Amino acid sequence: MTAITHHTPDALLAAYAAGNLARPYALLVAAHISMCLECRAALDAHHVAGGVVLDATDAAEISTDLKAATLAMLDTPYEAKPVQARSGIYPGAIMAALKGKPPRWKPLGMGVRQCILSDSAEGSARLLYIPAGRAVPDHSHNGLELTLVLQGSFSDSTGRFGVGDLEVADQSLEHTPTADPGVPCICIAATDAPLRFNARIPRILQPFFRI
Amino acid sequence: MLFGVITGRKEIWIINDLGLFPRRIGGMMIALTPSRFAGPIPPLRVQKDILSVTQSSNSFSPQTVWMLDVRDNRDRDAFAAIFDHFAPRLKGFVMRSGTSAAQAEEIVQDVMLTVWRKSDQFDPARAQVSAWIYQITRNRQIDVLRKENRPIPDELTIDPEAAPDASQVIAVEQEAGKLKQAIARLKPDQRRIIEQAYLGELTHQEISTRTGLPLGTIKSRIRLGLEKLRHDLKDMH
Repeated sequence: MTAITHHTPDALLAAYAAGNLARPYALLVAAHISMCLECRAALDAHHVAGGVVLDATDAAEISTDLKAATLAMLDTPYEAKPVQARSGIYPGAIMAALKGKPPRWKPLGMGVRQCILSDSAEGSARLLYIPAGRAVPDHSHNGLELTLVLQGSFSDSTGRFGVGDLEVADQSLEHTPTADPGVPCICIAATDAPLRFNARIPRILQPFFRI
Repeated sequence: MLFGVITGRKEIWIINDLGLFPRRIGGMMIALTPSRFAGPIPPLRVQKDILSVTQSSNSFSPQTVWMLDVRDNRDRDAFAAIFDHFAPRLKGFVMRSGTSAAQAEEIVQDVMLTVWRKSDQFDPARAQVSAWIYQITRNRQIDVLRKENRPIPDELTIDPEAAPDASQVIAVEQEAGKLKQAIARLKPDQRRIIEQAYLGELTHQEISTRTGLPLGTIKSRIRLGLEKLRHDLKDMH
């Protein structure tokens, strides 16, 4: 496996650490960190900074019985939330978005397939399956688009992206990502806009959730 | 600075410039407190741990010592000390995001219970206690707010048998200390931006234009720890 050369930008990591990243982006950042030791270390560094802010926060008075109540609960049996494990090329965060099942691919033409993981006013996340030599179709996006390679590789005017690489493309980038020769390229792409607008719902009613 | 050592029946007490602390870290106390633990002792391993811990753990912060005591010995007194230190700060921190006092206390309780239940995930070679608690708190706040679980990275497996790397723990604590001083030295409006960023009040666009924290040395330090961990894990397989 070749080394990861395209990483998560610091601002996205900080926003992810603080929990203020649109969910489709957060999914890709979590998946990228699962594959990238460097960004895992960078995320830990942001937690260190968050911890410094927490430590410097003025103490608030807590109810007198909160400590006793908490200590009394230490032995209470509890069920740990099940954590979705990695499966094949899919990190746990993506498996969770797939609800633990393999992707259900839908054809997009020219052998390209997609599997939509989420599509809402907050943005969209989808898996793309691109046969070698094919281009990603319908590639206009308004805001920031993140693409994480899970298998194979693709290339565009900005470079080559292999397994674990995260491409960050803003709307100024006009690009035609094309799968490299070899195995089919499987990647996950996220935008902060829905894939399509429902004409019956006025845009103004589609709130943009910041958290 | 180490002022002295008191050997008790159940633990060693170390007096340093931060106060008086019990030391029962990892396997170390197996050799020192046979009454606390049953079963045979692997002599070479324990010798090694005693050496590394007695040489350097007197530089650990009290929070780290408490948390290791919670993790390795399920010590309730240490948990109570963690609670006393963090719960009031946590409540203040959570309320800064506009959460009501009552709901803030619910979150504080959830977070503190998670600290107890998931203490095996605490790794002081990667981040100090407050960083780990910050992470748990933000996860909890977002899950409460959104009523769904946020996407999280796969956990790295920690080898429970791996000897604690005291120098790495100290290095991470020192980096956190330096960062704390750097933030304290900022002008109030600059400090406010850092606080807003980690309170989740800034978007990633705002963060990229408005903040600029010197995280480089911390990152490389943590990365060293992770690479060592990955190396240890490879050796296991």
